Amino acid sequence: MATQRPLSPHLQVYRPQLTSVLSIIHRMTGVWLCAGGVMLAAWVLAIAQGPQAYAAFTAFAGSWFGKLLFISFLFALYYHLCNGIRHLFWDAGRGYSIESVNRSGLAVLAVSVGATAGTCFALAQRLGVLA
Amino acid sequence: MSANLRTPLSRAVGLGSAKEGVAHWWHQRVSAIALAPLTIWFIWVLFQTIGQDYATVREYLRQPWTATLMISYLVCLFYHGRLGLQVVIEDYVHQRGIETTLQILVKFAAFLIGAASVIAMLRIAVGG
Repeated sequence: MATQRPLSPHLQVYRPQLTSVLSIIHRMTGVWLCAGGVMLAAWVLAIAQGPQAYAAFTAFAGSWFGKLLFISFLFALYYHLCNGIRHLFWDAGRGYSIESVNRSGLAVLAVSVGATAGTCFALAQRLGVLA
Repeated sequence: MSANLRTPLSRAVGLGSAKEGVAHWWHQRVSAIALAPLTIWFIWVLFQTIGQDYATVREYLRQPWTATLMISYLVCLFYHGRLGLQVVIEDYVHQRGIETTLQILVKFAAFLIGAASVIAMLRIAVGG
């Protein structure tokens, strides 16, 4: 049925809330992680292919653009993991009160940002970038 | 107006459901539950392999448990991703032709990339 009426929930008049913003980030990180999956597949394929293909992959991954991609995938992974666990609790019927939803939302943000920063720091240290 | 004067409800009652109403939802949850620990493990793999030379990384990945978990991770990842992209397309693409095309492309791409990466892992695990 092709109707021209506006579709709910009328995004143009809603004030963004923590819950709705975190919800759309969950979707965006999910879509972005599909691209991350392609990158992971490229890594595995390069290793199966041989040293030359692997060198080409690491050259790309080591470039500033590759590092930027990696950090964005890492954040998306942590966020989607944490918020996904939040979703699983909701699926079990827990944590639906407004206070609880806001508290778990802030926790997801804090943990995913903290874990991304911590992992990047530890990986950089392992690579000897920070020395 | 339909020639059939029975209500849609009376035509459906008693035929039983296809029992597939929540299948997609369940598959998404079950693959998510599998992916949660696998993701933690994958972060650990990153720490073991980053900056290492080719031979070391290949030797690392060809260990039986590492190869098993990596293949499990790849399968769950591309399956979960395909289920998620399907819902995103259903929700935001409203032109029937484009929607159907995208849905088919996503299914093909997920299977193809998933199959390619699993076969690559098998080559690493059992190849010379």
